[in-house]
Amino acid sequence: MSRHLDVDVAVVGGGLVGSSAALALRNMGFGVALLDKGFCGAQASGVNYGGVRRQGRPLEQLPLSQRAHAIWPRLKGLIGIDGEFLRSGHLKLARSEDDMVSLEAYAATVADQGLDLELIGHNGLRERFPWVDGSILGASLCAGDGHANPRLVSAAFASAARRAGAHVLENTAVTGIARNGESFALEAGEGVSLKARFIINSAGAWADRFAADFGEPVPLTRIYPSMIVTEPVAPVMTVNIGMEGGGIYARQVERGNCVVGGERALPLDDPDFSRPRGDGVLAIMNRTAEVFPALRHAQAIRFWSGTEAAMPDRNPVIGFSDTTPGLIHAFGFTGAGFQIAPGVGEVLAELVRDGRTSTPIEAFSISRFSRPTSPADLDRTRYGSGAGPHPEPQPRGAST
Amino acid sequence: MSTRPQPLVVGAGPAGIRAAEALVAGGLRPLVVDEAPACGGQIYRQRLVPDGRSTRDLYGSEVGKADRLHAAFAAFEGKIDYWPQALLWNLRDGVADIVVAGATRRVSYDGLVLATGATDRVLPVPGWTLPGVFTLGGSQVALKAQGCAIGSRVVFAGSGPLLYLVAWQYMKAGVEVAAVLDAAPASAKLHLIKALPLDPGIVLRGTRFVAELRLRGVAIRTGIEGLRFEGEGRVSGVAWREGGRERRLACDGVGYGLALRSETQLADLAGCAFRFDERDRAWLPLRDAAGRSSVAGVYLAGDGAGIAGADAAERAGERVALALLEDRGLAFDKARAAGLEAELARIARLRDALEAAFPFPAHWAAAIDDATTLCRCEEVTAGTVREAASRFDIGEINRLKAVSRVGMGRCQGRMCAAASAEVLAAATGKPIEAAGRLRAQAPVKPIPLALQLAAEPAKLPEAAE
Repeated sequence: MSRHLDVDVAVVGGGLVGSSAALALRNMGFGVALLDKGFCGAQASGVNYGGVRRQGRPLEQLPLSQRAHAIWPRLKGLIGIDGEFLRSGHLKLARSEDDMVSLEAYAATVADQGLDLELIGHNGLRERFPWVDGSILGASLCAGDGHANPRLVSAAFASAARRAGAHVLENTAVTGIARNGESFALEAGEGVSLKARFIINSAGAWADRFAADFGEPVPLTRIYPSMIVTEPVAPVMTVNIGMEGGGIYARQVERGNCVVGGERALPLDDPDFSRPRGDGVLAIMNRTAEVFPALRHAQAIRFWSGTEAAMPDRNPVIGFSDTTPGLIHAFGFTGAGFQIAPGVGEVLAELVRDGRTSTPIEAFSISRFSRPTSPADLDRTRYGSGAGPHPEPQPRGAST
Repeated sequence: MSTRPQPLVVGAGPAGIRAAEALVAGGLRPLVVDEAPACGGQIYRQRLVPDGRSTRDLYGSEVGKADRLHAAFAAFEGKIDYWPQALLWNLRDGVADIVVAGATRRVSYDGLVLATGATDRVLPVPGWTLPGVFTLGGSQVALKAQGCAIGSRVVFAGSGPLLYLVAWQYMKAGVEVAAVLDAAPASAKLHLIKALPLDPGIVLRGTRFVAELRLRGVAIRTGIEGLRFEGEGRVSGVAWREGGRERRLACDGVGYGLALRSETQLADLAGCAFRFDERDRAWLPLRDAAGRSSVAGVYLAGDGAGIAGADAAERAGERVALALLEDRGLAFDKARAAGLEAELARIARLRDALEAAFPFPAHWAAAIDDATTLCRCEEVTAGTVREAASRFDIGEINRLKAVSRVGMGRCQGRMCAAASAEVLAAATGKPIEAAGRLRAQAPVKPIPLALQLAAEPAKLPEAAE
């Protein structure tokens, strides 16, 4: 089957970033093709934990995160469903005095960013969140954060883009991209060719190949966050839970199921796929039973994991290519892309339309990796791959 | 003795027992894990407590086979390790996670025999989730293991050889059987003529069940359509169409099923390649004539690898054990292996004839009412599935699961995946194989969050009597 498309923008990768960019571009009137090697939202965007969280992000991500924050309550109008988005609040727990000091320091650092963090001591925690185990010393609450259902949100952005007139080409892997005069020529799937003025590289864990094709190798590694879900149980958790220093994040959906993460899975023979480790899921399960005593007798019904791109400094790559006019990168969200992705989509559309964006993204430039790499960075890359035998300790920001 | 880890046999039904027996004869000491409290599998399941019934009462014409299998297993005493009431919930890279005696253990194995058996295949009909409606297999388990009937006036409906067998067993146990409702037209049974030379015993036995049921006044209706179960709060009757006329019958228990489906999750977790099987209308793990899967050291036997019945399971279990011995460089009886393969080929031809005599009513899938629950765990209706398939242009079942929740609950699709694939295929107009199969995820069955890794040495359960 041979097919030719002439579009303004070809978006490579139909995850939440690519799908939301495609929708925003269509709403600006651009001709858009959205390509995915499988189904849109079937990788990390669709199988992640589902945290919609600003709290814990590094300072440089907060303007972008705030922009996305304004989009989440408008999903129904934007994509036709609310995606089970709940503004439940996000409560980050402290297991030790050191953890509490660290939460306090973070609250001070982001004080003027509009997160409205509330630090809660042990007594306050016992009173307001009695379902959290008494061994937890304190917490930091971000009342405006929440959680949503990634399965639904990611697929719905792609569907909305299609309804808005984007060419959504699923099961259509991009096999070649070349700069051709003032535009790009793409080959994809079986006999699909495209001409595009702009390319958005939102290919997630597969984005490094496209970056390298344009002379921009990046130290991208793959991580495989591992999740468990319980059977539906009576309401226990009223907020989305995180833990300072990592190890567990948990939320309860309206149906009653609790979704919990905090360990890393291992890739299968085909490294595009992964599966949770038996000892890893057991660790998450036991931790859940300890931190939330009411769940001690609940049953886990399913485990899963997904393939996600990680950068050594835990910040994504967002912005124009250094080597190739018309090429825009947006990948490497390092396990924390779900909440900010709709904001990133808007930013990418502005970059296409205006060549710049009102939201500061300088910290995410791909040029930061063209500097000489120090041995210390290499160590961090290996440690963060998730492929080692030990679960990775999760600094703040690691869980979505 | 070899210093390599012991082989692991999953399932202590006909296939698992014969596999273990041949491994022991070949000089190995397998670990046999089984979910049931006692060996025998579903077909030769043992009663939970002595209740005065003899094994002839329990197994009827199959009593000889049952007694021989149970005796063979009893003779393993001291020659195998046996964990009853054990759930293998995860497999990876030669390590199995097994819950037994309230804790989970990690077991390294060298050679894996999957004899995981089958469960009932159902297509939802209105009222199928009402209390009092059981699967055919479930009805049989109640009678066999617990000495209980599913009702005092019972209707059996569906298709498959089990339909008449269970009805007959209930009748023999003294329960009033109101009717047997067979989805297949009467003419389908003419295919049994082809089965006669392959296994006269099985055909004559079936014919005798039908004759004895009729003699006792049990109504046997064939070619039924529009089956539904009625009642407020629990089943009180069944209704169907027959030759264009509505029929209705009062009852307080229903056994319903459309033959069996293979339990393939462990083969999937083990990394086995799958192929579509036309006869079973299911994706099944690929295997050679000996039962070797696509993964070295993983062997498949019995109904878990494709529905073929208990006699085939015994032979397939022994055959894969010989393959395991051969692959390990141990002595094995080549002539015996060839003989088993020949018998398995004969039984496969018998299955073709039986499938034609008890066909799956695939056309029912398109007729399932939109309001009927398809996935019980997640309460997803057939209408929701059709709507999702059309709105997102979905033809594949994993994608369908992601957007509709079908197969996402406690049973992980073990009850609803076959039906969902049928409904999806009917809705899209594509062949059933295009719907694919649900990718298996651990845990194979639910496990408690507080489950602890077993401390060594752990006290393991004793085998039940």
